[in-house]
Amino acid sequence: MEPQLNKNSRFLAFPYLIWMAIFIIVPLILIAVFACTTKVAVDPVDGHRLSEEEIEVIEEEYYEEYGEDAELPDDLYEEKTVFTWENLFAVSTYMPTLINSIWLALIATFICLLLGYPAAYIISRIKVSKQKMMIFLMILPMWINFLLRTYAWMTILENNGLLNKLLGLVGLGPYQFINTQGAVVLGMVYNYLPFMILPLYSIMTKIDDRTIEAARDLGAGSASIFKRVVLPLSTPGIVSGVSMVFVPAVSTFIISKMLGGGTNMLIGDLIDLQFLGASYNPHLGSAISLVLMIFILVCMSITNSLDDEEMEGVIV
Amino acid sequence: MKKHVSRIYMAIVFFFLYSPIAIMAIFSFNASKSRTVWTGFTLDWYAKLFHNETIINSLGVTIIVAVIASVISTILGTAAAIGIFNMKKKTRGMVMYFTYLPLLNPEIVTGVSLMLLFVFAGMEMSFVTLTLAHISFCVPYVILNVLPKLRQMDMSLCEAAMDLGCSQRGVFGKVVLPEIMPGVLTGFLMSITYSIDDFVISYFTHGANSQNLSVTIYSMTRKKVNPEINALSTIIFLVVLTVLLVMNITDSRRQKKLREGVAAA
Amino acid sequence: MKKTVCLLIVLMLLLTAFGVYLYKWKSPAPPDEETEEGEEIELSYSDSVDWDKFRDQGISINVYNWGEYISVNEGGDEFDTNEEFEKLTGINVNYSTFATNEELYAKLKGGGTKYDLIIPSDYMISRMINEGMLEKLDLSEIPNVKYMDKSIDSSYDPTGEYSVPYMWGVVGIIYNTTLVDEEDDLATWDILWDTKYAGSILMFSSPRDAFGIAEKKLGYSYNTEDPDELAAAAQLLKEQKPLVQAYVADEVFDKMGGGEAALAVYYAGDAITMIDDNPDLDFIVPREGTNIYTDAMCIPKGAPNKEAAEMYINFMCETKVALANCGYTNYSTPHTEAFRYLDEDTQNSYSYPDEETRAKGEVYTALSDQASKQLEEHWTDIMSSGNSNPVTVIIFIVACIAAIVFINVYKRNKKKRIELEEVELR
Repeated sequence: MEPQLNKNSRFLAFPYLIWMAIFIIVPLILIAVFACTTKVAVDPVDGHRLSEEEIEVIEEEYYEEYGEDAELPDDLYEEKTVFTWENLFAVSTYMPTLINSIWLALIATFICLLLGYPAAYIISRIKVSKQKMMIFLMILPMWINFLLRTYAWMTILENNGLLNKLLGLVGLGPYQFINTQGAVVLGMVYNYLPFMILPLYSIMTKIDDRTIEAARDLGAGSASIFKRVVLPLSTPGIVSGVSMVFVPAVSTFIISKMLGGGTNMLIGDLIDLQFLGASYNPHLGSAISLVLMIFILVCMSITNSLDDEEMEGVIV
Repeated sequence: MKKHVSRIYMAIVFFFLYSPIAIMAIFSFNASKSRTVWTGFTLDWYAKLFHNETIINSLGVTIIVAVIASVISTILGTAAAIGIFNMKKKTRGMVMYFTYLPLLNPEIVTGVSLMLLFVFAGMEMSFVTLTLAHISFCVPYVILNVLPKLRQMDMSLCEAAMDLGCSQRGVFGKVVLPEIMPGVLTGFLMSITYSIDDFVISYFTHGANSQNLSVTIYSMTRKKVNPEINALSTIIFLVVLTVLLVMNITDSRRQKKLREGVAAA
Repeated sequence: MKKTVCLLIVLMLLLTAFGVYLYKWKSPAPPDEETEEGEEIELSYSDSVDWDKFRDQGISINVYNWGEYISVNEGGDEFDTNEEFEKLTGINVNYSTFATNEELYAKLKGGGTKYDLIIPSDYMISRMINEGMLEKLDLSEIPNVKYMDKSIDSSYDPTGEYSVPYMWGVVGIIYNTTLVDEEDDLATWDILWDTKYAGSILMFSSPRDAFGIAEKKLGYSYNTEDPDELAAAAQLLKEQKPLVQAYVADEVFDKMGGGEAALAVYYAGDAITMIDDNPDLDFIVPREGTNIYTDAMCIPKGAPNKEAAEMYINFMCETKVALANCGYTNYSTPHTEAFRYLDEDTQNSYSYPDEETRAKGEVYTALSDQASKQLEEHWTDIMSSGNSNPVTVIIFIVACIAAIVFINVYKRNKKKRIELEEVELR
């Protein structure tokens, strides 16, 4: 490589490095900082943290002096930001929700894999010209707004929705489809199925037909071909597909809000609740986000160790 | 036998993927507000949609943000890719790790972290914050599309150009750029796609009058049912269908020309 | 290649221009209303203030209100409040909505967005006054405030300097007559815990309202700060969760209208709207008493266009506008003049409950910081409860560890095998 090209072109990356520092690194540091701190009331005199009873006493004293309707002034007690582990401990009480999200996401990923694998294989084996059209049809729904696609399922699954109406025609009673965990999984599968099919397809097209023919010539049955030829060769695709479905599925909050009715809270809902929802607590929200992020990164490094493919292949 | 099974299977998959969209489309023509009972044909909801100021304004916001964010991301990302390509292995590894982070991270974590950043910096949520947030998640896609092209590039071409007396700038403009252009264009297209369709990050970083189309749709779904949503969904579907068809046709035309060119040569 | 790039650049510029055009687009102003036949009332705007004061100054105000809480034009010649305001004053209105008071609080506290006008409920106004989040209103700019009903409980804003009432109302149970058992006693909050209606109950997604119902059921005050009482109410809500179909706000219109659920709790005004759409529905206020609330217009601290916002408040207090708003939303108006113009049926409807109900009603006041925090923690707890049981958790963790171990062992074996083969080849 030309050394001259080297020196100057390295500087080309500088704007991006600055950008990266401000918009990727700093926000994550902020999340970590928020997760480990909280605003507490401290005694102005000796700086110790005021307990709830002490705060009540101070407030009552104020009311006694100035009357019940008086405004509490801003400086009744100082508020300091202190370093604390309490938010991270609080996250442990929400472990069931996290596990529930992971569980539902795993089910959805598994179903996507089950449905998507044959579909990708079938598409990769047909005529090349037809392949393009099939992939085109596969991509098309992905371009429609995610919220609209989820909303569409609401109308189908409702108690008086189309599905129940259809079942009613054959005399089957109305079932509770919506606002169940099943509806949430269905929403995940529907939204993320193309994300599973596309990586699988792109890997499977690289499996030469002749390899399979050769295996057959050597006497392998269909099951054997699948187990020993197709499956191992398509593993990188499975890995990318799984990561592309699992990560959004575990952190979604729209699907659970629309199809789960707020009764099936996922970890995404919990985070949303802390920032823009009814229980405003950015510190707790950051703590939960931090835990979620670490979990995903751990998962990613595990899947990476399974597969030596370059990262670009995984994402693109 | 096998062929029939695969055909039926694919038919089922496509039916699964398209039936909700089709249902939305059908009921966008429904005369009443009901989403399950058909009462008659009407185009009213489409007419109302075109008079809905909030939706039209947010469509404008979506387009402006998508264009600005993609253009800036592409320039920033291409420059970054070239720079990163020439870095030492260690620095490169670290930079790439942080580049992947927004892609691996759940969107909600990225959205929330950006919101904290803007609030911490004392910025008011507005057009600017929305655009900045979009650029942040678009740049990685550009880098990921340009880098492989750089890797595939034949370095001897650059050397040859330099030997022939080309200036550094010339090498870049006449050798490197055309080689990586497909990657740049793909990155650009990906940025536009992800920006137009983004919801989660926009939800946390938008201002009072800079709502994305997705955010508007979200607030529509929380209110009384309104078949305008169905009409909107159908229109989006038709627009996307047209765009993808056009892209596919121009692509196959280009492929045809290439093949004819090769055959002629 | 160059051609494509140039084409793209041109396309992008065109798109941007198109985008800007869409962004600035205003829907065409409705034609000036003609008086309908039979309508004797011809109201016009008062000249209490100079409406044109801010015209042509390019001022925009950000208004943040509840959903479905203002008169809009639904395609007929209905009165569209925001459009009429823009026509009258030349001030542009950016209108957005929230679903719960706590959401509004989070948005303001988070500091991100600057709103000029917000319309929270009584207890939230009280809380925001305590935390210094509201501007004092210049009431000389809002002369129409004289029309406000003085008998409304305004203890949430004792000095009256921070808010002007917008609507008031009562909470009650909306039920579907075809889906409930006639024999059942519906005039009590207990019905919402009846297992007969499991999966057919819609509850508030707003924590204070949900807690209020539980507190009323237990006989506590809506404003209790006793940690034990709060915990008891939380426990009650947790017990109710398996019976709840969904925690909703405005989604209730859709669900009750479509006959999705048998019981819901919501506000009287919306109940009337729902009954209009679906005659199967009816409304009742439980005998234990209920919440009477007032929503009032306030200006958050640091609002960029305070005077324009005050003009908006004055506009909302115009008789014509108040009449249109309460006519569309069916809520109870605090505007004494507008009330006079309502027909008798409306004046006696659910929106204007009788003395007995009003006497049993209780108003929310702001809870102390600690109690608020406790309530919010309980709410997060309730929302995330009822998930997987411990057994699944343990199985899950064991499965994860097993999977990791298995994968590592498999990889190591594979490596060994490849190495052995390589050795053999040599």
